[in-house]
Amino acid sequence: MNLVRPIAAPARPAAASLGLVDCDIHPRVRDLSEFRPFLSEAAWHRLITYGIHARHGFAKGYPFPKAAPLACRRDAWPPSGGPPASDLPFLREQLLDRYGIDVGVLNPLQPSGQGDVNDGLSAALARAVNEWQLAHWVDHEPRLRASIVVPYEDGPASAAEIRRWAGDRRFCQVLLMSRTAEPLGRQRYWPIWEAAAEAGLPVGIHAFGYSGHAMTNGGWPSFYIEEVQEHATSAQAQVTSMVVEGVFERFPALRVIMIECGFAWMPTLAWRLDATWKRLKDEVPHLRRAPSEYMREHVFVSTQPIEEPERPQHLLDTMEWIGWERILFASDYPHWDFDDPRLAIPSFIPEEKRAAIYGGNARRLFGF
Amino acid sequence: MTEAAIDCDLHPTVPGVATLLPFMDEYWRHTLVERGIEALESASYPPNAPSTCRADWRGPKGGAPSSVAELRAQVLDRWGTAIGILNPLFPVQLPFSRDMSAALARAVNDWVRAEWLDRDDRLRASILLPNGVEEAVAEIERLAPDRRFVQGLVLCMGEIPLGRREWWPVHAALEKHGLPLGIHAGSAWRHPPTSVGWPSWYVEEYAANALGFQASLASLVTEGVFQKHPGLKVVLIESGVSWLPGFLWRLSKSWKGVRFEVPWVDRPPAEIVRDHVRLTIRPFDAPEDGETVARMLDHLRSDEMLLWATDWPHAHFEGDATLPAGLPTGLLPKIMVDNPRATYARLREGGSA
Repeated sequence: MNLVRPIAAPARPAAASLGLVDCDIHPRVRDLSEFRPFLSEAAWHRLITYGIHARHGFAKGYPFPKAAPLACRRDAWPPSGGPPASDLPFLREQLLDRYGIDVGVLNPLQPSGQGDVNDGLSAALARAVNEWQLAHWVDHEPRLRASIVVPYEDGPASAAEIRRWAGDRRFCQVLLMSRTAEPLGRQRYWPIWEAAAEAGLPVGIHAFGYSGHAMTNGGWPSFYIEEVQEHATSAQAQVTSMVVEGVFERFPALRVIMIECGFAWMPTLAWRLDATWKRLKDEVPHLRRAPSEYMREHVFVSTQPIEEPERPQHLLDTMEWIGWERILFASDYPHWDFDDPRLAIPSFIPEEKRAAIYGGNARRLFGF
Repeated sequence: MTEAAIDCDLHPTVPGVATLLPFMDEYWRHTLVERGIEALESASYPPNAPSTCRADWRGPKGGAPSSVAELRAQVLDRWGTAIGILNPLFPVQLPFSRDMSAALARAVNDWVRAEWLDRDDRLRASILLPNGVEEAVAEIERLAPDRRFVQGLVLCMGEIPLGRREWWPVHAALEKHGLPLGIHAGSAWRHPPTSVGWPSWYVEEYAANALGFQASLASLVTEGVFQKHPGLKVVLIESGVSWLPGFLWRLSKSWKGVRFEVPWVDRPPAEIVRDHVRLTIRPFDAPEDGETVARMLDHLRSDEMLLWATDWPHAHFEGDATLPAGLPTGLLPKIMVDNPRATYARLREGGSA
């Protein structure tokens, strides 16, 4: 990896001595017409006539309105017009150059067609989003890497999309949303795990999406603050499912990254699963090891939004229990809760561990 | 065993629907018999699963213990328990008919009173609450004069989150009578066990109870229940313990960012929860080494939140290991006596019908 930055980076954290990798950047189309060159006439017609339909009823607006327009920083709207993170020169200036980011991973969220009720539209849009990431971003900016967006409710179509790009180093991972229609360990999703493992690509599972089920297992909450809190519960359900269904037993090369889900739930989920498994081993003989061992080997987490215990030692305990080598820096640019690289990783964390979080861990995981 | 120890989670198993018939009025007795409603059992606790009942506590036919005599032999006398709180899990939450839910809850509560409370004065009980809010309030009002009922009991996975305004009359009635809201593991099965749908294995379902507790607690805090009802205590029962600190770090951070959405939440959620919420210690969900347990306990930042419970007859431990490994002995008097007494106002009264 080239650690010589093209221009001075005024806000690069000094501790990023092993490189600075941002695992969560959200590019967005200026408008849907940017996808048109990559869509069939039929898919384009459906998109502009009937629209994207996630598994909820808000054709416009959000079930839980965000904290800011498009959930974005007020200062991230490009002077050229268009929504935040739709303008490469401005993203370079505000993020890559300013903080001296060596590699930035693109995670396109919406509009991307993921989780659409119509599998065909979801597959067509996933293909378009992938082509668009290259044509609009990665082919113009070598510091950026794309994610293979897949129509995850359709396992075989997702596997085909992964195989289409396998070996193309412009893509560094497969991208899913965390709220899927069924738990991710179920067999309908196994083609995704198989293809990702075969391609040697980690799978990023990013918070959000709409499962079609209530946002808690006890019904619909009222507030955005609860929706945000429930990313942690959805993430726990997904990791539980992948472990208990034996996904990591079946696909030993698979690695997943829980992005923007927080991470303090990781150690305690591992303890709870171990305790439950000890009593109910008879039900799941396909597990040959304790659940915590699969998690420790296969699950990575990103930092933003990093938990803030009242006492620093508690964060250190938690990171140690997760494993220092499994934690990846992420900024979540351009969202309102963006983490400034200089401030996000507290200085009470020993410097060599901060260096691993800023870049060393991601370079090893992605092979940058 | 600490003297005067208070076991905050014991489950009196209802042998079957027929057991409840004498505790029902003519209409419901007739309805259950004529419509052939002979069995009602929740998927939350498969009766033959090893976790549902400890092997050495099962009866000759393999069933869970269901009498005071068994409770005495297996728990109260064996461990010298001073007071035990009964939390009936008969699934009155399952029926979609509010009337049926209420009739079943009344019958279970009266059965608990006649067959358990009246037979051993060490026992106290939760008021098992039916689904409908009006019916739940009526049941609280009906039983609150009997001081042996010490809290109201609901499940962590219901139809709507427990902080939602629809529930507030229940919170008000509980607060008025000095009764905590007890939230127990289990589901009314109005929703899948996870927010991403149905898992395949019971291991997952059981583990997902913790997610229901997390959602319930987030709802209670963000809806402002504890500002509206400053006297209300909430007890999370069979919730697991170790998830709480990380949950609070996340919620308190989100609150800092978006508290404009819930302006009535006027201080950090972690502080609110430490003041109002208590948890039973089975399951504990921590490693068994004392060093890790000590660090996890430090993350709670309170020695007043944990309540001793065996969760009889559910299986969490072998033999007489009624306490999770690694708990510092200095904490035991608080967990086993002081904290339960501070939580349950009615345990400080002596308590009789």
